[in-house]
Amino acid sequence: MHQGNFNLDISLEEISKIEGAASLDIKIRNNKIEDLKFAIAEWKRFYTQAIKNKPVMAIPQLVSRICGTCSNAHLLTNIQAIENALNITPSEQTVVLRKLLYYALIIRDHALHDYVFSLPDVFKKGSILDFDENDPIQHELLHDTFEVKEVGNQLAILTGGRSVHAPMPTINGFLKLPKIEDLKKLLPTLQIIRPKVIKLIEIFAQAPFDYTLKAPVIDVALVSKDFSFLDGIIKTSDGQTIEKKDFRQYLDRVVIPYSHAKGYTFKGKLMAVGALPRLNLGKEYLHPKTKESTAQYLKLFPSKNFYLNNIAQAIEIIHAIDHSTEIIENLKEIKNETLQRPTIVESVGVGVIEAPRGTLYHKLEIGANGLIKRGEIIVPTGQNQIVIEKGIFELVDRMLEKGQPTKDEIINEVENFIRAFDPCMSCASHFLKVNWQ
Amino acid sequence: MTKKTRIGWFTFTCCEDSTIMFAELLNIHYKDWLPKIEFVHARVFRKEPKGDIQPMDIAFVEGAIMSDAQEVKLKKIRAQAKILVAVGSCAVTGSPSNARNFFNQENINEIKDILEKFKYKEKVLKLADVVKVDEVVPGCPMNEQIFLAVVNKYLNASR
Repeated sequence: MHQGNFNLDISLEEISKIEGAASLDIKIRNNKIEDLKFAIAEWKRFYTQAIKNKPVMAIPQLVSRICGTCSNAHLLTNIQAIENALNITPSEQTVVLRKLLYYALIIRDHALHDYVFSLPDVFKKGSILDFDENDPIQHELLHDTFEVKEVGNQLAILTGGRSVHAPMPTINGFLKLPKIEDLKKLLPTLQIIRPKVIKLIEIFAQAPFDYTLKAPVIDVALVSKDFSFLDGIIKTSDGQTIEKKDFRQYLDRVVIPYSHAKGYTFKGKLMAVGALPRLNLGKEYLHPKTKESTAQYLKLFPSKNFYLNNIAQAIEIIHAIDHSTEIIENLKEIKNETLQRPTIVESVGVGVIEAPRGTLYHKLEIGANGLIKRGEIIVPTGQNQIVIEKGIFELVDRMLEKGQPTKDEIINEVENFIRAFDPCMSCASHFLKVNWQ
Repeated sequence: MTKKTRIGWFTFTCCEDSTIMFAELLNIHYKDWLPKIEFVHARVFRKEPKGDIQPMDIAFVEGAIMSDAQEVKLKKIRAQAKILVAVGSCAVTGSPSNARNFFNQENINEIKDILEKFKYKEKVLKLADVVKVDEVVPGCPMNEQIFLAVVNKYLNASR
């Protein structure tokens, strides 16, 4: 315990190596945190208003622009909401190809987070680009970073036309289908990156970080039998099971006066979504090969140590590799399915998927004229915002109990914690409250 | 040793799709680019240097301008960059981040409190509304081929 009064003011305008802009202000007086504000600093683009009175067919591509990072998650959730509203059941082939497109996102987005954002913290480097080419381990990791991401990128280009704002997926199918021979050619590359990601898990498992929260937190995730992120039922760590259509009524909106975006609680309780809650709630549904190769690390879950989110994401990359491999190996043909134009009726639809950073909710109200009457979108970072702030508070409080940390020590530790959560500020700042009558 | 080209990558209001496209382009170009480039500013890859905007050979800027503070920062970037490249649709045209520029009164009324509280600019601006732009890479996300052409033009020219 340190002596005397300890005062410190920390103001971080833009936290580096995360998606989008977040800010943090901490005021320490007499060894105690007097004030702490974690705020989303992105300026709103008001997509909820922008989609009003626009034709339903145009909405998936428009809302994909909420976030470049996880655009294909928004795209597929929105398509799901429209199909739910219009009573459309996509073909088996469409479902399979969407899974491949989604696994491509999991591989490249989790790899971006784990390698580019989080790994430098383990090696006490400012950037992956500063990794020492003359150090064999760092040299290899730098090359792994780009090789792993590229396989995800190529799978996305083949199945969706592009990694970002994929142009091919649409309501009830795909505008253009991939060639089966091109998908088969990807099989060896998926196997090349697999051991690289296993190695990444080992590195994170040896890192000395522990961000276990004392406060009670409810984990929430959409859990499916094949861990496909796109379907299933919502489960919580306190044993609740919720249908997708009912999810909204469990989320309480919290106005955070200093943040551009709103936070959410789960019926007034702290909640968390993302890879860690997904593994906590559904690890038994991972691909059998993934379970076999990562058995010693899967024992770490369930956990409240949010640093393990990095490992959870890497395990999900292995699952995406293994399930994609199985799907592509079993593909016999890709049929030329004709796209049917949907029949528009006045309706309401809900889409819920597990975006890379957690549960993503889209609701659309469609008018008989085919125009959107209203929409609501709740993103993972909104659901995590309050628990992130709580976690920062506990972390800084612990550091103050142990001694007198320097400003840089606090900033480094807090940034490391925030990065482990992998928040996405672009997503969080798109919307405005919607009152459903 | 040849002097590295000093690059800045900046993001204003947008979905950061061009940042992601750039991160994916690095997958196959990093071996060629990294020995030639020094990232002076690139919040997505590293901590920002302490102090103000540093001198750069090329500043790549994505996103639209929503606030006075963003406008001031963009002017500082311009002052420190030999070449300023507007990257992606929001930087080049303002859209789709400028959707509210075209809202009807009913929609404006719904968002008025937020606009006033956080002091949003009356209209969302594209980069060229604020500063001189030397090159544009349009597209949502940015067009890869145009981006590569710009990079190759200046990377080779400055060496």
